[in-house]
Amino acid sequence: MLSGWFIVLLSATYIGVLFAVARFGDARADAGRSIISANVYALSLAVYCTSWTFFGSVGRATSGGLSFLTIYLGPTLMLLCVGVIVKMIRIAKAQRITSIADFIASRYGKSQLLAGLVTVIAVIGIVPYIALQLKAVAASLDVLFDQPGHAIHLWGIDSTLLVAAVLALFTILFGTRHLDATERHEGMVAAVAFESVVKLVAFIAVGVFVTYGMFDGFSDLFRRAAAHPELAGLLELDASRAGTWAAMILLSALAIVFLPRQFQVMVVENVDESHLKRAVWLFPLYLLLINIFVLPVALGGLMHFSGQGANPDTFVLTLPLSQGAESLALFVFIGGLSAATGMVIVETIALSTMICNDLVMPALLRSTWLKMEKRGDLSGLLIGIRRVAIVLILLLGYVYFKAAGEAYALVGIGLISFAAVAQFAPALFGGMYWKQATRAGALAGLLAGFSVWLYTLLLPSFARSGWIGNGFVEHGLFGIEWLRAQALFGLTGLDEISHCLWWSMLANIGAYVVVSLSTVPDALEAGQAERFVDVFRHAQRAPDARLWRGNASLKELVDLLERFLGPARARQQLAAYARSRGQRDWHGLPPDAEFVHFAEGELAGAIGSASARAMVSSVTREEDLGLEEVLDILDEATQVRAYSRELEAKQQALEVATGELREANERLRELDRMKDDFISTVTHELRTPLTSIRALSEMLHEDPKLELEERRRFLGIIVSETERLTRLINQILDMAKLESGRAEWTTADVDVSEVVRESMNALEQLFHEKGVHLDSDLADRLPPVQADRDRLTQVVVNLLSNAVKFVPGGGKGRVRVGVSADEKAVRVTVADNGPGLTAEECGVIFEKFRQGGNTMTDKPQGTGLGLPISRQIVEYFGGKLWVESAPGAGATFIFTVPLPGPEA
Amino acid sequence: MSKKILIVDDEPNIVISLEFLMKKEGFEVAVATDGDEALAKVAEFNPDLLLLDVMMPKKSGFEVCEALRADPDRAGLLIVMLTAKGRDTEVAKGLAIGADAYVTKPFSTKELVVKVKDMLGLA
Repeated sequence: MLSGWFIVLLSATYIGVLFAVARFGDARADAGRSIISANVYALSLAVYCTSWTFFGSVGRATSGGLSFLTIYLGPTLMLLCVGVIVKMIRIAKAQRITSIADFIASRYGKSQLLAGLVTVIAVIGIVPYIALQLKAVAASLDVLFDQPGHAIHLWGIDSTLLVAAVLALFTILFGTRHLDATERHEGMVAAVAFESVVKLVAFIAVGVFVTYGMFDGFSDLFRRAAAHPELAGLLELDASRAGTWAAMILLSALAIVFLPRQFQVMVVENVDESHLKRAVWLFPLYLLLINIFVLPVALGGLMHFSGQGANPDTFVLTLPLSQGAESLALFVFIGGLSAATGMVIVETIALSTMICNDLVMPALLRSTWLKMEKRGDLSGLLIGIRRVAIVLILLLGYVYFKAAGEAYALVGIGLISFAAVAQFAPALFGGMYWKQATRAGALAGLLAGFSVWLYTLLLPSFARSGWIGNGFVEHGLFGIEWLRAQALFGLTGLDEISHCLWWSMLANIGAYVVVSLSTVPDALEAGQAERFVDVFRHAQRAPDARLWRGNASLKELVDLLERFLGPARARQQLAAYARSRGQRDWHGLPPDAEFVHFAEGELAGAIGSASARAMVSSVTREEDLGLEEVLDILDEATQVRAYSRELEAKQQALEVATGELREANERLRELDRMKDDFISTVTHELRTPLTSIRALSEMLHEDPKLELEERRRFLGIIVSETERLTRLINQILDMAKLESGRAEWTTADVDVSEVVRESMNALEQLFHEKGVHLDSDLADRLPPVQADRDRLTQVVVNLLSNAVKFVPGGGKGRVRVGVSADEKAVRVTVADNGPGLTAEECGVIFEKFRQGGNTMTDKPQGTGLGLPISRQIVEYFGGKLWVESAPGAGATFIFTVPLPGPEA
Repeated sequence: MSKKILIVDDEPNIVISLEFLMKKEGFEVAVATDGDEALAKVAEFNPDLLLLDVMMPKKSGFEVCEALRADPDRAGLLIVMLTAKGRDTEVAKGLAIGADAYVTKPFSTKELVVKVKDMLGLA
């Protein structure tokens, strides 16, 4: 049986478990074995899902249908921009960034003013959101205690205030447990990740309970919902609200980065950039899972409590309770508690860090009080300030809840916060990618955007709560119609969030860009702009240290570190730094620019970059580097890099070019050698017949008394050698034409069988004379090929005359010609029973002037160019020519001519 | 006793013309149509002078020349290389491996006869 003290005990136990997880995380971090894995990191991002998700999504789904999904689509899209987030993380690590205020301030010259402004915007924007968490926990308690038998008196105190107090205590113990005030809290991240699991399981549990316990699965539930006409509309996508959807997606995409708690877990607490790769899919998956049952629970609740006026925001509790499932309700309560505490812890830690570093510290540093206490250890003071800030933030949240909490549904409050932090987007993104952006521009943009947000969203919400008159909403400020707060300049037809987003972003970006372009940054700003925008190029410290010049004393800087970090941690960091510079003892370190840079970085981790800058400059005598000088140094560094990159690129290009030249040269040399060989061979081939012709003609010429028979014989030789010469010259020219591509081709449909038949007829006499048997197997009705008929004939004749040349004569020689076809090509084979070719010869016979075998007797017939020419011709038609043979087994010459494709 | 000349060439028509030319000048002539046959004929026919073509199947003229020059019994054998490849490198190569003369195809019959006679001391 449930009772009040049981619930309190259960909550206390759960919080005890969280502490154990956090302690474990911290202990492991101290031991140097971080438990922050990629999964833990991704789960910690789910601190995004607050009680607003846990309770509010259902409430929103009961009125807006599927539009609750927009709040989860935005973050998914944002996470896809991995490059942007990685750059943010890289910058934050390089600059020891402690918060989003620190990030923006650091970019614009470590400006305390900017840091303060961002902090104020964040506090004003986030307080309603914290109020929301208080409301959710209080509402869930109400639901549990409203049940008969559970009445417990909370000692006369408002339960919401009690919740706020518990959360404050909890957060103080959690986030400011450590005395060393550094920017990271691994224990907290571990606990938040743990809470993410609890709330997910709790929500899925109630979803399954409703869907499968109270109804008969999804299809049953949706079918029954569709039967209610007022519910059916929730299941449809409403095109008229597309603008609202877009605004919601944009807002939530920005919120996943710019909400102080999101910036804390995603950027500040990131231990390894590669974790982001896991988060990119795991976090959207988490969002998907936690949203699966939103609509079923909403519809289930509406149907179950039809007409009873139950609060949809607490359906997740009331539905199980209505079925008597008390332990499930308790589990859901713990899930909701997880969602709320996770958000409150991280958000207040982030905000308290900002308040401490960017509002309180600058004020303290200016006051004389601090200077008198100069010797003391201030790390305790820092923690104290943060604890007070935590209490104040929660108190403010409580006040806001009491004042305005009933004016809006839960989701409405959350979106006001989203719109506030969206104002950081131009200054932050601009700062990461646009070097010309200046501090003045960032200030102007933030102020303009914030003012519009205040006027169009926050103040109207006050007006609704009855705090202030709503005249400016109804009739415009001073009664001026176009100043109506939620219809500025006559812009109507948008919901209030879209309206605010449109005008505030217009004002913000406009002011940011215009003012940035019309102002000049100072030296510090220009330096920071360079480091932020080109963070990937500034891998080394060198340029950072070079931007500082002056005199410092080691002792004063060490004192500074001890005061703000505490002596123990300061010495630990100093020792580590000394080791990194190859020194055994930090006492011997020179107080040079690099040391100053180190000290400032350490301080920035504790008190933010703006305050750290102020403290360091107070104990050192710095020379002012003018803007010109800083730009020169940066420019020099950039130029040197640019030059070396250019040189590298040129060298690479040269190497490539050299390689190409060498290759080309090699090719040329090879071609030259081939040309030489060719000419030498041609010369030989031409001189050989000429030798006989000359010798015989000279003898005929000198000896008129030569016998007639000799005379006739000699003249016969001369004639045949002349023919050989002519043939040779023709073939060389033919070859040259083919090789140079200047040959003329008459392409037409050619029947290959017919060509073969004609060639056989033409050579019939030759075969007959030599007594060689020629037979054929020619397929009929072959599809025509695209080829030059005369050239094809030339190939066939060449193959046939080669065959007749090599087969034995006297009735023993046989040559067989075949023509066949498949789908792709026509195939011609010329097989002989000659001496055959060795494997080596099968290759070389297609080279110029390389004849096969000992062709002694028939040598005058061959020029050694027939096969190379034939191959050129066949390849021109897209076919292939080759020989299959073995010594003693005859030779088969085969060529193919492709058939036109089906599309031709 | 007439001098003996061995003609080595794989081109039948060149063999015909050389054979006719040398016989007409009164030499005793034998013919070989490749390198291996040439070496066999040298042993069998014992010529005084060799008209040796360079580009031949089986064994090139250069190889035949080298083989003969390696044989001390054939020290007195005169070798005239005949080639259709007129490149200087080949002329130099032929002379380097011991040819006595180098004649480029196509040659003048008159000059060849003069050269052969001169070499055989018949001029």
